[in-house]
Amino acid sequence: MTQNMNVNVHHVTRVEGHGNIVVNVTNGKIEKCEWQVPEAPRFFEAMVRGRHYTEVARITSRICGICSVGHTLASVKATEDALGIPLTKQAIKLRRLLKHAENFDSHIVHVLFLVAPDLLGAQSVFPLVPTHTEVIKAALRLKRFGHEWGSLLAGRTTHPTRVVPGGFAELPTSKELATMRDRLINEVTPDINLVLDVVLSLASRFPDFDRPTEYMALHDSEEYGLYDGQIQSVMPDHSKEQWYVRDYRQVTNEYVNSQSTAKWTKNKLESYSAGALARFNNNYDQLHPEAIKVAKALGMKPLVTNPYLNSAAQVVETVHSVHSSLQLMDELLTSGIEQEELGNPTKHGEGSSAVEVPRGILFHHYNYDEDNMCLGGDCIIPTNQNHANIQHDFEKLVPELLAAGKTEADLELALEMLVRAYDPCISCSTHYLNVEFVK
Amino acid sequence: MMSNAKVKVAFFDFASCEGCQIELTNLGETVFLGLLDHIEIVEFREVMKETTDQPIDIAFIEGSFTREADRERLESIRARAGIVVAYGSCAATGGINALKNHQSDYKEYVYGEDAKMPHLDSGVAGPISKAIKVDLAIPGCPIDQTEFARIVSDILHGKAPTIPNYPVCVECKLRETVCRYQSDDHCMGLVARAGCGAPCPADGVPCEACRGLVDSPNQTALAEVLVEEGGISEQRAATKSRLWTANFRNEE
Repeated sequence: MTQNMNVNVHHVTRVEGHGNIVVNVTNGKIEKCEWQVPEAPRFFEAMVRGRHYTEVARITSRICGICSVGHTLASVKATEDALGIPLTKQAIKLRRLLKHAENFDSHIVHVLFLVAPDLLGAQSVFPLVPTHTEVIKAALRLKRFGHEWGSLLAGRTTHPTRVVPGGFAELPTSKELATMRDRLINEVTPDINLVLDVVLSLASRFPDFDRPTEYMALHDSEEYGLYDGQIQSVMPDHSKEQWYVRDYRQVTNEYVNSQSTAKWTKNKLESYSAGALARFNNNYDQLHPEAIKVAKALGMKPLVTNPYLNSAAQVVETVHSVHSSLQLMDELLTSGIEQEELGNPTKHGEGSSAVEVPRGILFHHYNYDEDNMCLGGDCIIPTNQNHANIQHDFEKLVPELLAAGKTEADLELALEMLVRAYDPCISCSTHYLNVEFVK
Repeated sequence: MMSNAKVKVAFFDFASCEGCQIELTNLGETVFLGLLDHIEIVEFREVMKETTDQPIDIAFIEGSFTREADRERLESIRARAGIVVAYGSCAATGGINALKNHQSDYKEYVYGEDAKMPHLDSGVAGPISKAIKVDLAIPGCPIDQTEFARIVSDILHGKAPTIPNYPVCVECKLRETVCRYQSDDHCMGLVARAGCGAPCPADGVPCEACRGLVDSPNQTALAEVLVEEGGISEQRAATKSRLWTANFRNEE
């Protein structure tokens, strides 16, 4: 079987990959099986030094274009913690609503534009335009809606303008919010239902594979943790433990690995998983009833230990965000949007935060001097927290696929789909897949 | 450029957040599918597995040039592209990545004693034009969707696209935004290159000159205005222009 494998030069030169899959099988023996990350490092933690607290989130937002709302929220939260900046209940509600908008927006792109082509046997979404026109139009409408929904609150979704330490620099009007609520009901619900039908019809095409691991996510006593909460992990034996956000270094334990320009992390096991599936496994009971219905239809109940089903968990979360947001909008509209002053610094020192961005738990930490100038920062992004877990998945999956007599093409697709399931920083998720077989 | 065959377009990225690509997906059903009537996307790794080694009519490049290891790939794109467009500030000016250019300890600060590992190397962040000839640079962090769509249309119609060389103040006046200096704030808009439509001051935050500076900006006067009118410290005013315009600064 292995003798028949052909070297796959999927991308001839490796220079263009930000992540590579390298599998080396000689006479049936796996000699190398690596998940590599050569993304160009950019040094944000060094760049925030010497910047005023009002500028820091504008810088760290630029870590990721698709998660820039989440990075902004994590950044202003950590700054608010460090400088003792108060926040109103209205601002917190608006931020929770914004967090839902980001997860909705990102999940739509990932599931419908990046994962669906695999399930439909296509190379990308473009060949599907003529064959699946209605679903793609619905997907583009949903993407555009996610962008407009987030922009109403954040000013824009790629590098928000309005989200600042102490609240919002500009607020939506009650009328604008009411319009968005009506559109969520009248425009989004029919499109979501159309998409759900397609996803349910494809659900059986997610590959079978199980590897129980540690799942880490925020746990919020008030809601399914996204904007806020404590760190929690659930183990393969269903046991849970919580930590304070300020102790995030105890659970991440970053280390530099020669396979990667990104740092790796671990907690109780050799690796842990972050993302929609980790949130689902930690906080299933807090999902909106409509989202639980979708989970049941997909046959999902915690613990789900098939990493491919992270994409399915994203579908469940998309439905959760739609319905939870309607509740939040109703609450905000009942009280009416009030103009508020921004909160100001009351102290200086260190502060930490955690936010669930689409790809998982994100930590920011800063230190400020008495002039509110930043002395340094630390950001631990979810994609990095998943690298070690992907590596361990590979090490279990490759021997299983070889034993099952899979071809090289099967192997390549299975590994690509696995990486893609983790939704690693979205714009990298296709070029991560530089599968190279060395023989 | 105009012919019956669709124009072949490819997207590439280097050191960046890839948010400018995301802005393209925000164009929506009408514009996005409308563009596809005129262009054929032959490589765009954010959304497709397909790649090409064939000639490309327009190559859009996002991200900064930060390491020699990327030069060969850039040269290969240049060699087969009719028009190379650097889009987004990282590619057009070096953008936010240049904020570390004046520091000497950034590797040690982030990676500690592992900083000397060769794969963690990164040098001075510059625009793509530092490595290859660029035909057009569209600044913005992120790019402005409307401006981008207009420029693509200009290229398809054989019209020379223009990027404004007047300050963001002009666009604030046009949309009747109250000046940040009238709202107990400061702003870089007086020397910042316009074209974005001035969304930031309208949203209650200062312009940070993410599109770079206009030609021949008066940087001495800028620092004075930031202190005297904006009320920020001299130290902060002196380093303010590093934020997005480190590669434009007079001194370093």
